[in-house]
Amino acid sequence: MNVPRELRYTKEHEWIKVEGGEAVVGVTDYAQGELGDVIFVELPAPGTRVAQMKAFGTIDAVKTVSDLFAPVTGEIVAVNGALKDDPALVNRSPYKDGWMVRIRLESPAEVNALLSADDYEKSLGAHA
Amino acid sequence: MPELTLHELSVPGHRGPRLMPLDVPAQGIDRLLPADRVRKEPAALPEISEPTAMRHFVNLSTLNHHIDKAIYPLGSCTMKYNPKLNDEMARIPGFAGIHPMQPDDLVQGALAVVAELHEWLRAIMGMPGITTQPAAGAQCELTAVLMARAYHTDRGDAREEVIVPDSAHGTNPSTVHQVGYRVVQIPSGPDGCVDLAALERAISPRTAAMMLTNPNTLGIFERQVGTIARLIHDAGALLYLDGANLNAMMGLASPGAMGFDFAHINLHKTFSTPHGGGGPGGGVLCVRKELEPYLPMPVLEQDGDHYRWNVDRPRSIGRVHSYYGNFGILVRALCYMRSLGASGIGEASREAILNANYLKARLKDAYAASHEGPCMHEFVLSASRQKARGVKALDIAKRLLDFGMHAPTIYFPLIVEEALMIEPTETETKGSLDAFADAMLQIDRESAEDPDRVHAAPTRTPVRRLDEARAARKLILSWQDLEAEGAGG
Ligand SMILES: Cc1ncc(COP(=O)(O)O)c(C=O)c1O
Repeated sequence: MNVPRELRYTKEHEWIKVEGGEAVVGVTDYAQGELGDVIFVELPAPGTRVAQMKAFGTIDAVKTVSDLFAPVTGEIVAVNGALKDDPALVNRSPYKDGWMVRIRLESPAEVNALLSADDYEKSLGAHA
Repeated sequence: MPELTLHELSVPGHRGPRLMPLDVPAQGIDRLLPADRVRKEPAALPEISEPTAMRHFVNLSTLNHHIDKAIYPLGSCTMKYNPKLNDEMARIPGFAGIHPMQPDDLVQGALAVVAELHEWLRAIMGMPGITTQPAAGAQCELTAVLMARAYHTDRGDAREEVIVPDSAHGTNPSTVHQVGYRVVQIPSGPDGCVDLAALERAISPRTAAMMLTNPNTLGIFERQVGTIARLIHDAGALLYLDGANLNAMMGLASPGAMGFDFAHINLHKTFSTPHGGGGPGGGVLCVRKELEPYLPMPVLEQDGDHYRWNVDRPRSIGRVHSYYGNFGILVRALCYMRSLGASGIGEASREAILNANYLKARLKDAYAASHEGPCMHEFVLSASRQKARGVKALDIAKRLLDFGMHAPTIYFPLIVEEALMIEPTETETKGSLDAFADAMLQIDRESAEDPDRVHAAPTRTPVRRLDEARAARKLILSWQDLEAEGAGG
């Protein structure tokens, strides 16, 4: 299972990559494997404000529908439009082409509270 | 493609029975219908002879799995055998030939059937108010939560939230959303039941209701139901029973006595009316006395030995289904109850519990049970051990099809990893239960010795493993969609 070192994680299986004042968010390789084939990703419109650890969208897979949780508070500045036509990008490339939203950080300190790659892997120990 | 569609079978000029020559003067269509109602082009109906149509439907029926063919242990669905006597009774011309617009005076027999069904169900549920309008369980949920809102509104008491355990069926939270309330989800305790401390934290003056499944979706009876009812009522809220699992307690325990204010019944599960492709469904909602004024209208009333529909119900939430619900289903359910008799109904639940416990005992060494100890009418296994060998619940489900058996419910309830939810029902013999257990044990061995075999399954079904993701992403739901897709199969 792939858990890139340079990313931060939530225990709800989102990853976040901070780039300057913004952050890219997606779901982890483990999450996509557990969900199985992704059928649809519902994301908010750019301009929407999201709050840390509140649901901001849903991900539909064959097995189940799950909420997506915002790792940080801020405004959505972009969403990955490619997921509309090809939601399977989440399965094929969870950390790159399958990204979901870009958030403008409101309080960068929130990032420090997120899990490191090691901690995330440890939290998976219980499941995997 | 195992069977072509009727449109693909169509041959221009082929016909079913030929009509007799007219023995009255012909009337032009333009004299019978207004011009704007007449088709400009003929309808694209398939042209097919009677034998071709007959073979088409018989062939389709052999491709399908159904309870008349083999065990169907789909958890939470109560796929019991549907006695054919039920269908025979529903086909009596006096029932089958009536029209719902006939005045009450001309359908007294049919209304007497509905009234008798009400009596049986009131006795089983221990609640006085009843409606048979909803088409299924999910619509009962919607009806009840709308009634709960009307009840609170009448009291000038705006409430906002409905409490739902994390083991609930998806229809519970979606119902809550649909009505405009907010879902407050509470976690289950380690015993699989409602965590009372979490419930107490979730209850507030905003709580409109709680929806509880009992026995719950893990097949465990919520022993604390009396305490739960007290906590909910102390907060001025209402308690709803999702009665999907009534087959574990019909005639044995009364939801009214447990303190429920609403309870639903899925006639198509508990009372042996067809479902799983054979529907339509039948939902019955029972309510406590104080909630009766909010029931959907019309309400059946009896005046001596005369029955009538009362539409003068100013506090009713309105209609939720046309006419009396699915009447033919009501006839079947009553026939089932009459055939079993009062004592037979309790016995059926006892045997459903016995069958589930027998299967659980046979499978618990090979598959991890979600919870130790005896279950009610169903139980949940986890394929976690098999998954460690690379075989998931989905693979096991597919492999079972090769044995000519329907798979259990998988990946529900959501709180059990790789869930396999098994409900054999009382209508399976010991031989049939053993055959199912043997198949499950063989699949467990295969997961260790020959996992590829399980991954390749099914290999003996009319179609192999379907691409479920593509099917969901690209919905083709009619022959027009199929033609537009140009796939043709
Ligand atoms: C626990 C539970 N609740 C509610 C429902 C909804 O019932 P229906 O399918 O009759 O709408 C189901 C159906 O499977 C169920 O299993």
